[in-house]
Amino acid sequence: MIALAYLAPAILFVSAFTFWPFVQMIWVSFHSWSLITPPKPVGFGNFIKAWSDRQFWISLGYTLKYTALITPILMVGGYLIALLTAENTSLKRAVRAVVFLPVVIGLGTSSLLWYWLFSTDAGLVNRVLLDLGIIGQRVIWLGVNEGVSTWAIIASIAWKVIGFGMLLFVAAIQSIPKDINEATMVDGASYWQRTAFITLPLTLRTVLLVTLISMIGSLLAFDQFYIMTAGQPQNSTATSVFYVYLNSFPYLKLGYGAALSLILAAIVLAFTLLQMMLTRRSAG
Amino acid sequence: MTASIAMEHGGTRRMVRGRRKRIGYLLSAICILLALVMILPLLAAVLASIKPAAEAAAIPPTYLPHGLSADSYVNLWAYQAGLPTYLFNSFATAFLSIALTLLIAVPAGYSLARFDLPGKEVIFVFLLLALIIPYQALLTPIFLQFASWRLTNSLLGLAIIHTAIQLPFSVYVMRNSFESVPRDLEEAAVIDGCNSLQVLLMVSLPITLPAVVTISLFAFITSWNEFLGALVMMNRQDSFTLPLILAAARTQTSLGGTDWGMLQAGVVVSVLPCIAIYLFLQKYYVSGLLSGAVK
Repeated sequence: MIALAYLAPAILFVSAFTFWPFVQMIWVSFHSWSLITPPKPVGFGNFIKAWSDRQFWISLGYTLKYTALITPILMVGGYLIALLTAENTSLKRAVRAVVFLPVVIGLGTSSLLWYWLFSTDAGLVNRVLLDLGIIGQRVIWLGVNEGVSTWAIIASIAWKVIGFGMLLFVAAIQSIPKDINEATMVDGASYWQRTAFITLPLTLRTVLLVTLISMIGSLLAFDQFYIMTAGQPQNSTATSVFYVYLNSFPYLKLGYGAALSLILAAIVLAFTLLQMMLTRRSAG
Repeated sequence: MTASIAMEHGGTRRMVRGRRKRIGYLLSAICILLALVMILPLLAAVLASIKPAAEAAAIPPTYLPHGLSADSYVNLWAYQAGLPTYLFNSFATAFLSIALTLLIAVPAGYSLARFDLPGKEVIFVFLLLALIIPYQALLTPIFLQFASWRLTNSLLGLAIIHTAIQLPFSVYVMRNSFESVPRDLEEAAVIDGCNSLQVLLMVSLPITLPAVVTISLFAFITSWNEFLGALVMMNRQDSFTLPLILAAARTQTSLGGTDWGMLQAGVVVSVLPCIAIYLFLQKYYVSGLLSGAVK
């Protein structure tokens, strides 16, 4: 009885604020609803509409493209920084702390910082690149050219989150038993041979795990796009979550927004299940 | 013969040592360069925020401030409903999130760790539901529900969303932590006449204090930094949190253009609590991150 009493707040909370909204989302997704008019059942209408909605595919395609571009950068970059700083010298500890610093600040806040750095006239990125002679005139980074905007956002996010992977990779590298490394050193293996044949395989599970966490985060990306490009030009940088947001709130197409949410949740679920399988194996 | 081999050997060893030393210097240089690149954007924001208003709007921008001024902070202080309002909203939401998280996750974690309830694992998986359904997808139905409960534009409503986001992590960390408390200690307390609640509060909870700090810290950071939920739930400007008002300020014009100095002053203000927490509670932060990700 006491056991249940202690669990009751948590069960009630999750029922009310996660489970029930989920049930409602499914119900709403089969209706047409604009808040002003009462909900009207439309069967699979919203899902059929999504299938032929050009912007739905543009948003989904863009989100996948963004995920495909940024994930390798974060993984390779994070791993290289981890290899560089895994030793516990005071310099390397300090460098790790600095690289990790942007992870603790908000994504919205860091996006506002980079919105300024990448701004055309007042931004320091253009100033630095002009002074170094890399560009001849100021570049309009955000919201005009899809490719340029994407790379500017990727640069800002790499700065923001690369320390997360680094931290987990360093923990994994440090947990490799010392004698394994010493044994291969005696065998005359070079540093890169040891990295490729010992370090990497022994930390592979962490690499996969961080890859999945990072991909899930990218598939759900919103803040940086809302703040830095507002989805421009022509909604070509409006990610899937952005499109859900646009439909549900500014447009008030709640049924359609719910259907899009459900599709997105299903896509992300595949990655989440993979992640859980990986983590469970480590526990057992 | 033997002597010459030994000498040769010593020579290569010295060469190897020399080469290794040079590589060591090179790697240290790369480390320092990396740290510089990572810190420069934050440093630039701080410097931009202390430039006089005219200089902060300069095209092209200056690297180092030519003069010091509190203009940008003064502007931020008085922006729209005023910085104190937005700071209050952000802090109040964050502290409500911590309170809700502790009230829910501590007893739940204790129960899951200590009692043999039938169907316990099913309940545990149910509590982790938010891991499986991203909250970004649930905002539409939550908004509808909150609209009818008058929880939109409410700090409590936003804190509920922030608590829901972090709850799987919090329950998981508390359960693990309570499981590591020796049962003998609790049994001794029972013999001494403590009831179940007293055992939890006076014996087990003090031992699991690091976990309590960890989940409080993550509840704070999540709430302080969260953007999308606040954007959806808060549409009256005086209920905005700090990230929301700053995002609004990026396009709202003061003197015909974005007030970049004020915007960066806002970035500095919203970054400070996060950095302070990280510097003072680094141990809890890192251990929480590792246990959360490696689950």
